[in-house]
Amino acid sequence: MLHITCPWCGPRDDNEFHYGGEAHILRPAAPEKLSDGEWAEYLFLKQNAKGPFLERWSHSAGCRQWFNVVRNTATDEIIEIYPMGELPKSPEGIKAYEGNWRRQSAAEKNAKAGVSGT
Amino acid sequence: MSGQSFRIRDKGRIDRSKPVRFTFDGKSYEGFEGDTLASALIANGVHLIGRSFKYHRPRGILAAGSEEPNALIQLGGGNKSEPNLRATQIEIFDGLEAASQNRWPCLKFDVGAVNSVFHRLFPAGFYYKTFMWPASLWLKYEHVIRHAAGLGKAPPDRDPDRYEKVHAHADVLIVGGGPAGLAAALAAGKTGARVILADETADWGGSLLSESDCEIDGKEPARWVEESVAELEAMPEVTLVKRCTITGYYDHNYLTGLERVSDHLGAAPEHTPRQRLWKIRAKRVVLATGALERPLVFTDNDRPGVMLSSAVRTYVNRYGVLPGRKTVIFTNNDDAYRTALALEDAHGRVAAIVDVRTSVTGPLADAVRAKGITVYENHGIVSVQGTQKVTSVEVMQLDANGTGVTGTAKSVNCDLIAMSGGWNPTVHLFSQSKGKLTWDTEMAAFIPGTASQALASTGACNGTMGLADSLKEGLKLGAEAAREAGHKGRAPAAPKATEPEQGGLRPLWITPGKAKLGRKGKHFVDFQNDVTAADVQLAAREGYRSVEHLKRYTTTGMGTDQGKTSNVNALAILSDVLASDIPAVGTTTFRPPYTPATIGAYTGRNVGKLFEPVRKTRIDEWARANGAKFEHVGQWMRAWYFPKQGETFRQAIDREVKAVRDGCGILDASTLGKIDIQGPDAAEFLNRIYTNAWLKLGVGRCRYGLMLKEDGMVMDDGVTTCIGENHYHMTTTTGGAANVLSWLEEWHQTEWPDLKVFFSSVTEQWSVVAINGPKSRAVLQKLCEDVDFSAEAFPFMAMKEGTVAGIPARLYRISFTGELSFEINVPARYGLALWEALMEAGKEFDITPYGTETMHVLRAEKGFIIVGQETDGTVNPLDLGMDWIVSKKKPDFVGKRSLERESMASPDRKQLVGLLTEDPQTVLPEGGHVVEKLKPEPPMEMLGHVTSSYYSPNCGRSIAMALIKGGHARHGQTLHVPLEDKVVKVTVTEPRFFDLEGERIDG
Ligand SMILES: [Zn+2]
Repeated sequence: MLHITCPWCGPRDDNEFHYGGEAHILRPAAPEKLSDGEWAEYLFLKQNAKGPFLERWSHSAGCRQWFNVVRNTATDEIIEIYPMGELPKSPEGIKAYEGNWRRQSAAEKNAKAGVSGT
Repeated sequence: MSGQSFRIRDKGRIDRSKPVRFTFDGKSYEGFEGDTLASALIANGVHLIGRSFKYHRPRGILAAGSEEPNALIQLGGGNKSEPNLRATQIEIFDGLEAASQNRWPCLKFDVGAVNSVFHRLFPAGFYYKTFMWPASLWLKYEHVIRHAAGLGKAPPDRDPDRYEKVHAHADVLIVGGGPAGLAAALAAGKTGARVILADETADWGGSLLSESDCEIDGKEPARWVEESVAELEAMPEVTLVKRCTITGYYDHNYLTGLERVSDHLGAAPEHTPRQRLWKIRAKRVVLATGALERPLVFTDNDRPGVMLSSAVRTYVNRYGVLPGRKTVIFTNNDDAYRTALALEDAHGRVAAIVDVRTSVTGPLADAVRAKGITVYENHGIVSVQGTQKVTSVEVMQLDANGTGVTGTAKSVNCDLIAMSGGWNPTVHLFSQSKGKLTWDTEMAAFIPGTASQALASTGACNGTMGLADSLKEGLKLGAEAAREAGHKGRAPAAPKATEPEQGGLRPLWITPGKAKLGRKGKHFVDFQNDVTAADVQLAAREGYRSVEHLKRYTTTGMGTDQGKTSNVNALAILSDVLASDIPAVGTTTFRPPYTPATIGAYTGRNVGKLFEPVRKTRIDEWARANGAKFEHVGQWMRAWYFPKQGETFRQAIDREVKAVRDGCGILDASTLGKIDIQGPDAAEFLNRIYTNAWLKLGVGRCRYGLMLKEDGMVMDDGVTTCIGENHYHMTTTTGGAANVLSWLEEWHQTEWPDLKVFFSSVTEQWSVVAINGPKSRAVLQKLCEDVDFSAEAFPFMAMKEGTVAGIPARLYRISFTGELSFEINVPARYGLALWEALMEAGKEFDITPYGTETMHVLRAEKGFIIVGQETDGTVNPLDLGMDWIVSKKKPDFVGKRSLERESMASPDRKQLVGLLTEDPQTVLPEGGHVVEKLKPEPPMEMLGHVTSSYYSPNCGRSIAMALIKGGHARHGQTLHVPLEDKVVKVTVTEPRFFDLEGERIDG
């Protein structure tokens, strides 16, 4: 069982948390401008990394806050924990962020052209 | 009674003043307190303990610890009975009943042993080869196999014992209470660190309890153990847990342990569980799990009386029993010479030492030879006589490269063979922790390499085999672990330890026999699964070159012992055939648990009523007192229906359903999910989450809303009301409440953090009573003077605040029945008072309490969907015919883009329809398959399934809803629902059956 440090509550067992899948999937600002295929890329296509992976967790049985985690999927080492809306600062996290195919996707460009969340 | 004729007079740690009586296969025996079942049976000269899995060969005791593959026992009777326990671990108590397994009709004569004669029918992979076809016969085969072979039997009914869990946090967890583990605990404990030391046995000291030829600080090792344990017990932050097997090593230093709290007592004392599951999070872990001796792979090495050399020493020194009166030692290393000396010391004769090494020198060999014991250098055992107990062996000289034998065979009489093939460090937990193993050529074994968690290995499990080195290393690593966990302190000076000096070993993975391998006699590798060296070689030749494939094909390393004594031998034999290095072949994955664990311990107290929390409303008590039947809805207990004396289910439901439409019915709706939403951007948020428009909802107005997932499929529905400026009250389905709250939080926090809006669950804060039916207004008016109930002042889909029966309330004019209806919300604690007041006021109108079943019938009559019943995550609003609630004007909402895909409106999607059975009295089963082209038997093309089905007393017939392929275009068609005993003909209709014009809503 993972030991995850909630930025608000401190270290807790992972059964207090809810996994939220890949982080930094920007929601397109003008979805109607995307083809079905481009929209499907945003919606269904997920990175399946072996190694550092950027993902979201929520402390669902605690403070209910969402946050981002850089986790090595091969070793389960937690490399970095950082707030929603921010980008990773660790070298592994930055590399994983920049190396993600999604950075070049039509959906992400669409999102960045409009109002952007993260 | 033959007595304990194999008991050694002056050895052992058993308590001779406390005799213990037990039975084995119905026969009564005596042992002493401190005996294991294995040592007590040996004391009584019993060596035939079980039959092997595949060939039903007689088997005895191989080991003295948890690695035992053969001596498996069914312990106790009835529902307390437990299968597959190792006789070597069972502590005896008065009245213990043990039975052998896998024999029929009895242990000494076993019908299944003919399998052994037809052994050519059981080659490697015989399950796969024999039972591949036809598949339909597999169940039959399996039944026969399970009966004839198989292991122990599961108890017939539920486990009557009590189990507990403990959650523990440690600075340093030390696994194993042998010399290295005790040393680590002493060093860590002295720093003041919080230490947990666990050992799977009943006694501290590990291997030290089996040795008589070493000293620590001039003391007997057992003395040092006693003093060390006393010192540890005096440390307030140190917890010592005996009989606790650390079974699993998981992520981030999370380990589980199974403590057998009272198994050794027979019955658990009051307030004491049978077993306790430890869940430990440790900052640092020190593994001191020791090493397991390897068997040698020689002809018929499985006969009762063939034992691991170190186990023989344990039986002699720790338990004071003699496993044989005349022993042949068979070894490839010096350690077995200690066993020879221990046997001589206990007045057991050693007939010979057979050593595969070409030249044996050193102090141990000298000591043995000084006793006049013959040492056969460069020899191997080539045959074993005696099937139910060893009677003699033949030994021959090995040829130049050890693959064959030369010269003539010499016969040696004996009743025990003590074998030693070297040692395998117990790296199971290290490997579970994802640590990488490396191959140590000198030891010919895997030892811990790179760790991937905060741990250290010490002592034999680290390949540190000497006593002095183990103690020193244990102290050092114990102190280091404590420091890494934030404590200060140095390792204490290591005690002076002496023990016999040892030389190296000669790994000879197969001892050649007189005939070609597999021809005469069997070289067993895996005793529990009856896998031989020939099987491993055959599998490799057949192409099973990966060790994981080999394992599954031959079953080596499977079973309850998970190959503790067999894995490295199998691996070495495989790599020999592959002409590859052992480390290149690699090991199979070590998985938890280390030894079999009782499922009851994992369940702990979460059984029966404590299985899951039960949520009850404030009106629950009244419903119970008034004869309600209940059903589970998620964790909630909801009143299902209220039968009157002598009423059947159907009669009760028909009465309730009619009462609502004819007069007035009352429902406890408190379980509905309720979320309080506040903030200046609340309306904007709702507008993005729901499919319809929310920006212009006035204060005091309610609106029905549908939520989609981003993939366009229906997720939840409910009514949301504008309570005041920037303040909304959302309702969700009973089962979906927690999900919806999480959904809103996720969108807010991760996608739209700029919106100023807050969500609070208020499900438990409000009691909700719904009154439905044409008389509901009249009832309510009697109790409420500060609200104008006229249809103009209080229209449908409006909310008013007022006082009902003196209780401050919110009244929502919303309806899940199509009738005039009010949902009265009061602060939760007034729920029962409100209910009772309404019942009293409604008496003159024959107010009728109803439950969830009637609620379902009433909504189905009106064609209202239930999310999760009419939908299953693949149904979109268009499928439901709910286009009316999907805004065409809003630029975006969750699910909009997905819903715009062409395929989402495809006419051949499964769509919601009504079904009317040909015979109006026939009620379809929910889940029934709907077909168009009926065939005499399946398979038939299925168009969809029945989602809701009831008898409707208001329609005077059965009604049903279904999701049918292309359903919207099928109205008027006749379809079929084939059931087990008949076929029901149905007509497709609109999914609405009653009050089609909606005229009843104002009463
Ligand atoms: Zn938290």
